Amino acid sequence: MENLSVLMTCPMSTYLEQELEKRFKLFKLWHYSSTDQFAKVNANSIRAVVGDTKIGADAKLIDTLPKLEIVASYSVGLDKIDLTKCEQKGIRVTNTPDVLTDDVADIAIGLILAVLRRLCVSDGFVRSGSWKNGDFGLTSKFSGKSVGIVGLGRIGSAIAKRAEAFGCPISYYSRTEKPNTNYKYHSNIIDLATTCEILVIACALTVETHRIVNGGVIDALGPKGILINIGRGLLINETELVAALIEGRLGGAGLDVFEKEPVVPDELFGLDNVVLLPHVGTDTEETSNAMADLVIQNLEAYSLSKPLLTPVV
Amino acid sequence: MADTHHQEQNRQLHPELPQVIVLKSPPVFRQFEDHFSSRFHLLKAWESELPQDQYLATYAQSAQAILCFGSGPRISADIIRQLPSLRLVVTTSAGLNHIDLSECRARGIAVANAGDVFSADCADYAVGLLIDVLRKISASDRYVRNGNWAILGDFGLGSKLGSKRVGIVGLGKIGLEVAKRLEAFGCSISYNSRKKKEHVAYPFYANVCELAADMEVLIICCGLTEQTRHMIDRKVLLALGKEGVVVNIGRGAIINEKEMVQCLVQGEIGGAGLDVFENEPNVPKELFALDNVVLSPHLAVFTPESFEDLRDIMIGNLEAFFSNKPLLSLVADE
Repeated sequence: MENLSVLMTCPMSTYLEQELEKRFKLFKLWHYSSTDQFAKVNANSIRAVVGDTKIGADAKLIDTLPKLEIVASYSVGLDKIDLTKCEQKGIRVTNTPDVLTDDVADIAIGLILAVLRRLCVSDGFVRSGSWKNGDFGLTSKFSGKSVGIVGLGRIGSAIAKRAEAFGCPISYYSRTEKPNTNYKYHSNIIDLATTCEILVIACALTVETHRIVNGGVIDALGPKGILINIGRGLLINETELVAALIEGRLGGAGLDVFEKEPVVPDELFGLDNVVLLPHVGTDTEETSNAMADLVIQNLEAYSLSKPLLTPVV
Repeated sequence: MADTHHQEQNRQLHPELPQVIVLKSPPVFRQFEDHFSSRFHLLKAWESELPQDQYLATYAQSAQAILCFGSGPRISADIIRQLPSLRLVVTTSAGLNHIDLSECRARGIAVANAGDVFSADCADYAVGLLIDVLRKISASDRYVRNGNWAILGDFGLGSKLGSKRVGIVGLGKIGLEVAKRLEAFGCSISYNSRKKKEHVAYPFYANVCELAADMEVLIICCGLTEQTRHMIDRKVLLALGKEGVVVNIGRGAIINEKEMVQCLVQGEIGGAGLDVFENEPNVPKELFALDNVVLSPHLAVFTPESFEDLRDIMIGNLEAFFSNKPLLSLVADE
């Protein structure tokens, strides 16, 4: 197999770098002062890009690499890839579905429990020595609370399955109603937010879902409602979210993603009904390696003219 | 003198209501005392100027029921002997280690506990602590709030919960609820209990050390008894191993705390989620420096819903007792 020249857009996994280097000619974009500087020397050799949730393959990058044939994303989300341009130019795209579903669903439930049962706050309470001065107080029960899921795809379904084990009634909003589920379908997100106590955002970020959680949805969820986001920061209007939390119009939030990572609105730091995670949905040893393996397998298949394992385009 | 007058007033106010002794005010009274005092004549020992044994000798000789709680005064053989009419002990907890059960058994005194009202909340909490330890939720929340995400970059990898081998120590009501939840996450469940449970498909281990050796996670859900005191010691923790995680929502003394702290500090086990400690509210300071430990101030059951359910089951037990009906949550002799 001729040696595929691969451009990795940013550091995402040392294991992935090592495995790519063993098999292909690997270029690391972050070793250059800019994309243009890289392109001056190497534009014509790159046939594959490996991107992630920080830096994918936008129109600019695609235009800079005239020999680009395949984008293998180290993520399941595709919002950082210009899919239309890839389709137009016949560039293949692969992602990493399924291998990360469990971990992301686990983080969603972990966030619900951490927010409702105030795990982070009470951990801080103990560490600061405050327990010696008095009891902590009551926290909110999770079991049996109604859970609404936005986006009943692989991850949304996995979240539903876990929440059911806690006796939670499940409802959802999705582009279309899904057959073969017992969950209650709502045809719009406001109805879902009005009727559930915990709203989990588990959909992909597209033009249609951009800021789908706006002030109206937050108000519908209400002062006792909890909002959990394990999708993308831009699914929520972050300014409205911060205002609602500060003003007590929303009961609490568990957030793994933000509009401009790694920037987190610092007004949230003073709130104890909020749990803030640095985009760790897939960050376990096991899953990171499984995602890397899938990227490698897709690129190997491509270079051997075999069918791609997880193509999107 | 003032004390006698106060008690006499009480007796006049509640001539018909059955007497219930309360040595010290339980947490459930903070919100719900009136629910109890409107139905029962509460003999509130802690409000009296008399020392407790004098109070009991003077006012509690005909009282048939006593209400107690886990971190309150122990219902010892000594106290039981001071109460000749005692036929029922009602506790606010699921746990019974603060009651002299053999003295109760010997005297035919029934014990009623919180039954099932806490099982869901306890199980939820155990799962929450486990996810927090494995996925470093509290640690990464601290990391973000300290501004480190922007400065230092990504936090670092955790450990996947799915397909972990989980050993439940004590497969009672709470243990079963934990198992049911973790199965939905793809964990495989095994357990250690005093006896193998019929109609339970999970693999049974008669020996907790053997359980630990085969498992990646241990969740302590059993009661504290003479047999379970310090049952989880260095030997068990070493068997659990360097990647192993222990979660304790039972009682602090089930684990040999000194040995556990040593194992954690020396990296002999992977992490711990602890809601209970040997000498609450004291927590070993060495744990404060560890990021792979999640600490909680005995909160597993502290939700408003649980407390309402607790109020209802305690009142239900007392009312059943005083009308000669079967108790709602009688603790069976084992």
